[in-house]
Amino acid sequence: MTSPTRFDIEVTGASLRYGGALLFHDLDFVLSGGAWTCLLGPSGVGKSSLLRLIAGLAPIGGGTVACSDGRPLAGRLAWMSQQDSLLPWLPVQDNVTLGARLRGEPADREQARQLIARTGLTRQTSQLPATLSGGQRQRAALARTLMEDRPVVLMDEPFSALDAITRARLQTLAATLLAGRTVLLVTHDPLEALRLGHRIHVMAGQPVRIEPAIEPQGQPPRDLHDGALLALQGDLLARLADAQDAAG
Amino acid sequence: MTTLRPLVVLLGLLLAWQALVWLTEIPPYLLPGPVAVGRALTGSATLLLDHAGITLAEILLGLAGGVVVGSASALLMALLPPVQPWLLPILILGQTIPVFALAPLLVLWLGYGIASKVAMAVVIIYFPVTSALFDGLQRTEPGWLDLARTMGATRLRTLFRLRLPAALPAFGSGLRIATAVAPIGAVVGEWVGSSAGLGYLMLHANARLRIDLMFAALIVLMAMALALWVLVDRALNRLMPWVPRGPAQRPNPEE
Repeated sequence: MTSPTRFDIEVTGASLRYGGALLFHDLDFVLSGGAWTCLLGPSGVGKSSLLRLIAGLAPIGGGTVACSDGRPLAGRLAWMSQQDSLLPWLPVQDNVTLGARLRGEPADREQARQLIARTGLTRQTSQLPATLSGGQRQRAALARTLMEDRPVVLMDEPFSALDAITRARLQTLAATLLAGRTVLLVTHDPLEALRLGHRIHVMAGQPVRIEPAIEPQGQPPRDLHDGALLALQGDLLARLADAQDAAG
Repeated sequence: MTTLRPLVVLLGLLLAWQALVWLTEIPPYLLPGPVAVGRALTGSATLLLDHAGITLAEILLGLAGGVVVGSASALLMALLPPVQPWLLPILILGQTIPVFALAPLLVLWLGYGIASKVAMAVVIIYFPVTSALFDGLQRTEPGWLDLARTMGATRLRTLFRLRLPAALPAFGSGLRIATAVAPIGAVVGEWVGSSAGLGYLMLHANARLRIDLMFAALIVLMAMALALWVLVDRALNRLMPWVPRGPAQRPNPEE
């Protein structure tokens, strides 16, 4: 495995407008290096927008996104969204090596083969995405994300469209394969955050703020039989419900 | 049953046609029956085939030319957004010119030979090809473009490896329309001025009251256009296995 990511990502005084409306203003947020950070919050609060802003996909309205090692973030992050975004005309192996194809680099086919094996898709290697199940498609997307081999991974509800069992399996797989990288996971599922996050933040309020991190005990992926975890889930759900009511 | 139904309809139409001719005793120089047309079809087979070859060449060259020029325009507009507002009005303006009005000019400029008919077909299919492909290029899944951006893809590679393949189904619909209208371009060109081709043969037969031969030429033209369309449709479906269904496989195909 790659060595843990050392640098933090600091979002300072960030503002973002969306279609004329101010989503958030003067927002501060730190992503600590080498850890999974989960961002929870009522829908429409701007979680995905913050993620897009960090990814450089949305123009920042003010403030900065910087890395603690002083180097730019561009080129050091991989992106995984709720839609698997597999290209329907490419078989799994070519979807996995998409980054190299789009940059005009030779693809490391051996590396791709290994990652496809580790995500359990060896038998589907030459199949088109349309022939895969939802879980398999998201596995292929995970293999593509890993293929990029970036120190930072940004994920926007990547497991939310899956059934409970497939989701739990993919969470475990992602936690194992992405260990040591800086991961920001946006999710609406408190349990998912509690299974996977080293640090869990709730994004809520008027104006929107990011609350201090909750840091559950133990290493992710955490066991769901843990009573303390389930108690925390109750707390988190209550906080999210409050936030949702406050947002109206 | 689905393959049988059009044949039954066709047979019914032929019978009705023949019955009409028998019952009304309409003279053959006004409306020949299907039997007379069939006789002309076999009797003048070589003549028909000679002229059909020329028309087919015009259609194919016109299709190829239209697809190349149309695709190039669409790609240019997609690659260089500043070009768009300049090229788009020209495109729409060009579409408003009736092709029939343009035909005499093209014959005047390019002569009685094949060139003016190919140009005619190119003009008539340029718009469907360009607008279909351009539309497809503008409608790339935003999630794919986000992914490409985070992957550090260049504009050119995003266009050719992502937006272009994604636009192929839309381009396919444009090409299907183009295939259906290209024969119109070629025949209109032949009517205005030519010395060969099915359109010329039809005009010639008409003038000599050989209506049976005219109908025979018309049938050959229809068969050719239909075969070409089916061929293009099949090829497109085979080229794009990820696209669920082509029109030919829909439950109720036309004709």
